[in-house]
Amino acid sequence: MNSNSLKISNENLKRRLNAERRFKFYGVIAISLALIFVLILFTNIISKGYSAFYRTLIEIKIEFNDKVQPEMFKQMSDTEINKLDLYSFSKKNIYSNFPNIEKKSDKKKIIKLFSIEFEEEIKTYINKNKNNLGNTINLYISASDDIDQIHKGNYSRDIPEERRRVSNFQLSIYDELVGQNKVKFEFNLPFFSRGDSREAELAGLGGSLIGSFFTMIIVLLLSFPFGLFGAIYLEEFSKRNRFTDFIEININNLAAVPSIVFGLLGLGILLNTFELPRSTALVGGITLSLMTLPTIIIATRASLRSVPPSIREGALAVGASKVQTVMHHVVPLALPGSITGTIIGIARALGETAPLLLIGMVAFIVDVPSSPLDPSTSLPVQAYLWNDSAERAYEEKTSAAIIILLSFLILFNLIAVFIRRKFETKW
Amino acid sequence: MGLITFFLLVLFAITSFYLGYFRSNRVRVIEKQRPFSLDKYYGYYLAIWSVVPAVIILFAILIFDGFIVKNYVLSEFYSQGIDQSEISLLFTQIENTRNGIKLFNSEDEIIVNAVNKLNYIEGIFEITSIITVFSVSSLFLLYGYRKINLNFDARLIVEKFILIGFFLCSLIAILVTVGIIFSLLYETVRFFSQVPILDFLFGTNWSPQRAFVRDAADAADIENAFGAVPLFSGTFLIAFIAMCVSIPVGLLTAIYMSEYAKSSVRNTAKPIIEILAGIPTVVYGFFAVITIAPFIRSLGGSIGLDVSSESALAAGLVMGIMIIPFVSSLSDDVISSVPQSLREGSYAMGATKSETIKKVIIPAALPGIIGSFLLAVSRAIGETMIVVMAAGLVANLTANPLEASTTITTQIVVILIGDQEFDSPKTMSAFALGLTLFVMTLILNFIALRVVKKYTEKYE
Repeated sequence: MNSNSLKISNENLKRRLNAERRFKFYGVIAISLALIFVLILFTNIISKGYSAFYRTLIEIKIEFNDKVQPEMFKQMSDTEINKLDLYSFSKKNIYSNFPNIEKKSDKKKIIKLFSIEFEEEIKTYINKNKNNLGNTINLYISASDDIDQIHKGNYSRDIPEERRRVSNFQLSIYDELVGQNKVKFEFNLPFFSRGDSREAELAGLGGSLIGSFFTMIIVLLLSFPFGLFGAIYLEEFSKRNRFTDFIEININNLAAVPSIVFGLLGLGILLNTFELPRSTALVGGITLSLMTLPTIIIATRASLRSVPPSIREGALAVGASKVQTVMHHVVPLALPGSITGTIIGIARALGETAPLLLIGMVAFIVDVPSSPLDPSTSLPVQAYLWNDSAERAYEEKTSAAIIILLSFLILFNLIAVFIRRKFETKW
Repeated sequence: MGLITFFLLVLFAITSFYLGYFRSNRVRVIEKQRPFSLDKYYGYYLAIWSVVPAVIILFAILIFDGFIVKNYVLSEFYSQGIDQSEISLLFTQIENTRNGIKLFNSEDEIIVNAVNKLNYIEGIFEITSIITVFSVSSLFLLYGYRKINLNFDARLIVEKFILIGFFLCSLIAILVTVGIIFSLLYETVRFFSQVPILDFLFGTNWSPQRAFVRDAADAADIENAFGAVPLFSGTFLIAFIAMCVSIPVGLLTAIYMSEYAKSSVRNTAKPIIEILAGIPTVVYGFFAVITIAPFIRSLGGSIGLDVSSESALAAGLVMGIMIIPFVSSLSDDVISSVPQSLREGSYAMGATKSETIKKVIIPAALPGIIGSFLLAVSRAIGETMIVVMAAGLVANLTANPLEASTTITTQIVVILIGDQEFDSPKTMSAFALGLTLFVMTLILNFIALRVVKKYTEKYE
């Protein structure tokens, strides 16, 4: 070999090795990109949403007078107190906390610093402490959503006043209150118990949590038994013929049908033909369980297939019938795999939004549902609804709803992993 | 009624079980010989006889009693010749009055009479249905009980019953498919009787709300309002953008994972990437609206481009991120199943690893990889929430990814969200869109699964 061709082949080799390095580098970039997306997604949503888990309270002083005396509450029951009209009393008391302000328009602005339900909050306080009320009481009531956002630092104070939801006057009052140490944060418990509301500071996840719970119970009750039994039939009993092939093709296709088509099915068949009640967890649950069924069947069949034939042959050899063999020996071994598949399927159903929009689970519902037959929303739908709201305060609520949703999904998946690790037999 | 009947049935089933159990026991004592099956199978046998017919009857009642009650209460109005929509309005008023909601005409004599009639017939229905259910199941129970003797094989029948039950469960998949096709086709056919199919498939103007306005709805208006081409173009534009993200990232990830990565890297990175597939789509939608869209807007603004706040680009990019794991995990499987001998042959010829991948493995795995792309495309076309939240709601025939454009799925949601007017071409058009979507994804999935299956068989 002469030196020239050696040189060429050396250069060639260098080029090829560089190409090799480049190619590997592309792979690293692709993976890092994917990982970075996961990271950005999570940090983005958590950083936007964590502040919804606490809320702002403002301390005010209430003075009782001749008309509203602390003694009169002692004999009253809770419902009687709740029925009282203390609106103007509460309003006047809030005004008297700011003695310097006399203009009527300014007073209106002051009331806007507080949650729209200040009267109810004062009543709740009275209810709790009705036996030891002094002549004056100091209590914390919720701030309005705008002040809440300002206090959390989510609103910029620098934008010009006419584009801001809080006026300069309100800001000065707020600063004064902060200076007097009358504003504090508290864990936002009502966020988890209340239903939806048009007032951002009152809107909570309670209704949608319960709605999701009912929906998932129905999905579990319907899809698990049907999926399990159907899979057992297909894997253990059916003979391979055109019909079972057809069923199999059907199942595989259903698993890939877009979720919104199931929503159309729910609307066309469940609501219009069977006239089931609209917007309810019942219809939502049925729709989503049809969607989950293929997932469960596929997972169960895979885990039935992994049970070795020796188990079946052993049972048959000692005289068990085919059904006894399957039900007593094969299914118990395949159950962990099936349950894992079910949990993953349910987790997917929990995050599903599109079909629920079509069957009306997207209505604005204030009451927390008490049965699967009540109109309700679900967790992801609530996030969608809040995302549609114009007010900025809903942005943090949307993120918080998503954080809760994601935590549930992570929990479900951890349970599935746990079951798989703990109970699944490797053959 | 429901809960009580349920508990009664459970109680009935348990008693029947023990009835059969002890009957078999007695037979053994009297005849001094073991019956054909184990005692418990006689129990199961009777429990099945007592519950299954009852449940079937209950379901039948549940389905039909609404119609019967309604017809009974409204029978006199039908004979008076009041038109259909007024009668159904009347019935809701009657029901509301019964449920304690005061209406403007709650005091009217007709309504009060009808409410009484409603209460009366529902009461009768409840009692008669409970009586029929339990007398029928008692009869069956008696029949079953009398059949139990020494030579009667209860196990065979119980097992046959179980098998039939399992078989019926496996039929649900077919039932669902039939349900989907039926519900879509029914409305679609009605839709095409009002709007010509060619106008739907090739028309370029989509504005169903125009057809909704009754006053303006002369025939020409309806025909021109349902041209779905802007929706198809929007769908494919967004799917194309999504594939531009997910194909390179997903494929390169799959290659790196299966050919280069150490098992420790593989074991940590793979589950993390698969998280992307498990995140609900509403989260991606929110992410697109709140982070990606403003980012693209400001980026476009800084180089002098006018980007609308809802753009196909934002929706497509986020959708692409969502689809990465679909491409990567399927391609990974496909690449891993390429036989080792092909790699070794290539190395033996002196090829580097990347040359082997590019010249040997990818061509060998190509059908499977394309199958995974097709599945990803079908995902992208059927995806709803991201586009509903981020891509815009108004139909707009454009190929510019910086403008808002709408998709098939978005329009289905826009049309059907909230209250719908039945029988209007607008509502029916959503079902026609649904059918189009269903057929498109079905074809894509079918081809993809075929290709992947054929491919894996080749190397087995």
